[in-house]
Amino acid sequence: MTELTAAQRVAIARHPQRPNITDYIGALFTDFFEQHGDRLSGEDGAVLGGVALYHGRPVTVIGTRKERTVEENLRCNFGMPSPAGYRKALRLMRQAEKFRRPVFTFIDTSGAYPGLEAEAQGQGEAIARNLYEMSRLTVPVIAVVTGEGNSGGALALGVADRVLMLENAVYAILSPEGFASILWKDAGRHEEACGLMKLTAPDLLRLGVIDDIIPEPEGGAHLAPRAALGETDRFLSRHLAELSRQSGAALAAGRYQKFRRMGASVQKEDP
Amino acid sequence: MNGVFARRRARLLAMKALRDSYAAGEKTFTCPRCGRDSERGTVARALYVCPQCGCHLPLGAYYRLSTILDPGSFRELNGKLAAADPLAFPGYREKLEAARRKTGLQEAVVTAVGAIDGRKCVAGVMDSRFLMGSMSAAVGEKITLAIEYAAKNRLPLILFAASGGARMQEGILSLMQMAKTSAALARFSQRGLLFISVLTDPTTGGVTASFASLGDVVLAEPGALIGFAGPRVIQQTIGETLPEGFQRAEYQDEHGFVDAVVPRSEMRETLSRLLRLHERGGRS
Repeated sequence: MTELTAAQRVAIARHPQRPNITDYIGALFTDFFEQHGDRLSGEDGAVLGGVALYHGRPVTVIGTRKERTVEENLRCNFGMPSPAGYRKALRLMRQAEKFRRPVFTFIDTSGAYPGLEAEAQGQGEAIARNLYEMSRLTVPVIAVVTGEGNSGGALALGVADRVLMLENAVYAILSPEGFASILWKDAGRHEEACGLMKLTAPDLLRLGVIDDIIPEPEGGAHLAPRAALGETDRFLSRHLAELSRQSGAALAAGRYQKFRRMGASVQKEDP
Repeated sequence: MNGVFARRRARLLAMKALRDSYAAGEKTFTCPRCGRDSERGTVARALYVCPQCGCHLPLGAYYRLSTILDPGSFRELNGKLAAADPLAFPGYREKLEAARRKTGLQEAVVTAVGAIDGRKCVAGVMDSRFLMGSMSAAVGEKITLAIEYAAKNRLPLILFAASGGARMQEGILSLMQMAKTSAALARFSQRGLLFISVLTDPTTGGVTASFASLGDVVLAEPGALIGFAGPRVIQQTIGETLPEGFQRAEYQDEHGFVDAVVPRSEMRETLSRLLRLHERGGRS
């Protein structure tokens, strides 16, 4: 693996030619049937989901959708979901539970959409509900951070038995620009933020936040997309095979323990 | 014997609550919202709701608990749990020390076992004076331990949220507390137990997008700012001014995300009533 700086990885993770969910679905799955709507308020193009076959086995595929042209991106809100998107994802995950299908999620989002309508429709509640429900699914759940995974907007698809990251993907509490702006009131210091945030795949593997790193071709997945997609397939099959040996109850229990352990604290005497 | 301990606990909470209340000594109190002066005693008796404009001022965690729990019933849980510095973030340890000195708290949440009108419950209160009530791994851990304690002892759970969101200095580990607390609540709920979430000013970011939104009953204090994205970020995104009252408790009530907006003077009574109404539940 090449040693890139965190800021360089952020740039690669955001590269417009980087494989997106449509590429992953096209390369890794067959017979994809896209499903629309959350059955509550509407359809959100920022989340793409449906049923497909993975090496012949029915699975549920869900992911944030980022496209390459402005026109396409306007239709999927540049991959920033609204509550309807998260609720659609939840509807599809419940169907996966019903039909005993594994769930794959693909995460590439700068975050949940911070808009007036999104707030009015309960962005916070929609994300919270997904965390709650994903934690107790009894089918295998595998999440892959393929590009940028920011904030609760990414985590809402990320409470998985295995969380994988592409080598140059980044996963963080928010964008480095937002981080610098909140902490130092200066979005211009984003490169400095990148260095401190521990947002790269190797950092997150060390912190126990992710479970595996999918290697990318030299210079990034956009330079040799087919190789990156093939490698992702190899990792997904291996992890799915391992998870498929476990009972539903064991999966839910293991997933609970995995997130239960995250984050260190200390004991202190009274201040 | 029990009486002695109860009295000692009552005194301890009263002392900690006293330390929390607004700068004692001064005769008049100036409301930070409306700028008008009131007599200090009147404001204190009104539980720090401004008598002039009705705004609900932020409360310290121990003070809040003293207004909710029966005297002598308070027993703190995991009071020594404090933030580590998992990312070795520059300046974080100093910030934590300063917050500890300023507030007398170990972290931005205090959790306890107590009783309301004799009904035992687990209560957690966030304190926005401690680094904006942001969610560190220690905050997430204390809340999760409180949820697990309530689940194990089959007690109802009440959490008062007050948070600016994530603890930046703990990065992704702060984010993961959202999953941790929500997953703990899912387990808690499967046991048929009651969770009342009370949203106070401000409840935003990762706290809104996790445990605070997952109450069987969600209450809010009047005027509390409640949302996922902060108003400033939204304004930048949409490029227009936000409507009056946007993201306030009353707005969330109208949009279906809050069961009731409850004035502070009625909070204890409302919680007591809800505990009573749910008493027969959770006994499968």
